[in-house]
Amino acid sequence: MVVFLDGTIYTGREGVYQKVVGEGAPLPADLSSISNVNFHCSPAASQNPDGSYRVGAVTATASFRFAKWMERWFEISGAKVIIGKGGMSEKDYKELFVPQGAVYLTTVGYGTGALLGRGIKRVEDVHWLDELGIAQAMWVLEVENFGPLLVDGDARGNSLFERQQTQVNANLERLYDGLKKPALHRYGETDDRRDELI
Amino acid sequence: MIDEDIVERAAFDVMAKAAIDIPDDYLTGIKGMIDLEKGDLSAFVLQSMVQNWEAATEDRRPMCADTGLPRYYVKVGNEAVMAGGFVALERALRRATARATHEVPLRPNRVHPLWRTDHGNNLGLNAPEVEWSFEPDADWIDVTTVHKGGLFGSDYRMLFPGDGIDGIKRFFLDTLIAFGKRGLACQPAIVGVGLGGSKDISMVLGKQAACLRTVGDRNPDARVAELELELKELGNSIGMGAMGFIGSSMVVDCHIECGYTHTGGMPMSVHTFCLSSRRATARIHADGSIAYRTDPMWFTPYMRREGVEWNAPQAANKAAAPARVSSGSA
Repeated sequence: MVVFLDGTIYTGREGVYQKVVGEGAPLPADLSSISNVNFHCSPAASQNPDGSYRVGAVTATASFRFAKWMERWFEISGAKVIIGKGGMSEKDYKELFVPQGAVYLTTVGYGTGALLGRGIKRVEDVHWLDELGIAQAMWVLEVENFGPLLVDGDARGNSLFERQQTQVNANLERLYDGLKKPALHRYGETDDRRDELI
Repeated sequence: MIDEDIVERAAFDVMAKAAIDIPDDYLTGIKGMIDLEKGDLSAFVLQSMVQNWEAATEDRRPMCADTGLPRYYVKVGNEAVMAGGFVALERALRRATARATHEVPLRPNRVHPLWRTDHGNNLGLNAPEVEWSFEPDADWIDVTTVHKGGLFGSDYRMLFPGDGIDGIKRFFLDTLIAFGKRGLACQPAIVGVGLGGSKDISMVLGKQAACLRTVGDRNPDARVAELELELKELGNSIGMGAMGFIGSSMVVDCHIECGYTHTGGMPMSVHTFCLSSRRATARIHADGSIAYRTDPMWFTPYMRREGVEWNAPQAANKAAAPARVSSGSA
């Protein structure tokens, strides 16, 4: 269940998705032959005087925000592994990931930035750095013993998070036993905007 | 007289120290939680974090790539003299932020909220935030920085006096459960609760309670201290541990700060200072020497004063001050 990766991975989050899926920009040449592992991440990186890049730490950003781009992204990029923070819903795994043969690995912690940073051997390339900035650019990274990662979304679309949550949820109601509700409610407690909150 | 370049050096150093070295109080707190954690996955996560902190310190690399929104808390002794005045001090803080972003490196997270303009150095409109406080009978300047991921784990609610402790507990649970799922809050966290003040101050107090008090510290009001421990216990009884997995490791400590508020209201905020609880403080003495520590010592008796005049209590008077400085803890 604990996974460590060797090989080449690349970062991509809302900046890259918006550019490629939203605006139709072409992917860097041969991306899918270089790597099919997409990491939801922004590295803490800086440029050395010789033009090379230094990556100190890497940690993932929360993936649920990117679900809306995934279907098209899989088709365009050929990605088979998504690494991120916190996973997506089991519904997303079954509807979007499984048909593409893709799985989801979650980083641990969060975040084990120094351990993951150690696993980065080299910055192979960086795309759209000027347009998107360090945090949103696509970084192509050579990695070795890159982890720890846990399988959240497996080949059948099961989610480790959701299975654990089902058990945690069974316990939640009793926590509120005997605690009276606040006088002023909020939308969210009701989603009917015709309701008054007093 | 304290020079601008000394302030810049101290402000740069605390950025690097905060990014790389986990404070001892938090490390000790988490190790204690591992011993109590019965959830296998949650315990695995905590053990991985301990390895991560060791790797950060060994390699001198940031422990977490989300170095947050770099910012400063400055406490100025009433007798401190700053060369060039406070404009020079603020300039030194901005210069240090830009340099630390490139050299530590920190992630250049700061962008314009609408145009997403990125200066690449964590500077911009109202950034970095600098919060000021003062201390009587002192000629030093304390510069504290905090790195905290910025997206999840905080919430605000206007409660009313009639909602009572029940209302406080419900909102505390609501916030931890909402952001604890899948570990979005990066728990176990130091949970800060702001109670009272105006709405904005309620948020400020809760944030400062989470980020500027150490694990094990208790509010000087005995009844508030009791509520801190009760909320900590409540958070750890949710059944949720690290990453939202089954377990008990949610709250490594709970700190409450109160501010006098509107007679009709009881505003409350909740903040979670994450598994990379990064803070560092530099005390810049009048002779230009710098001493570093991880306890910001932000909430001094003077900060928590209630009346017009300030009468120093015995422990905080001039004679006792040097001992407190050298021991590095309050």
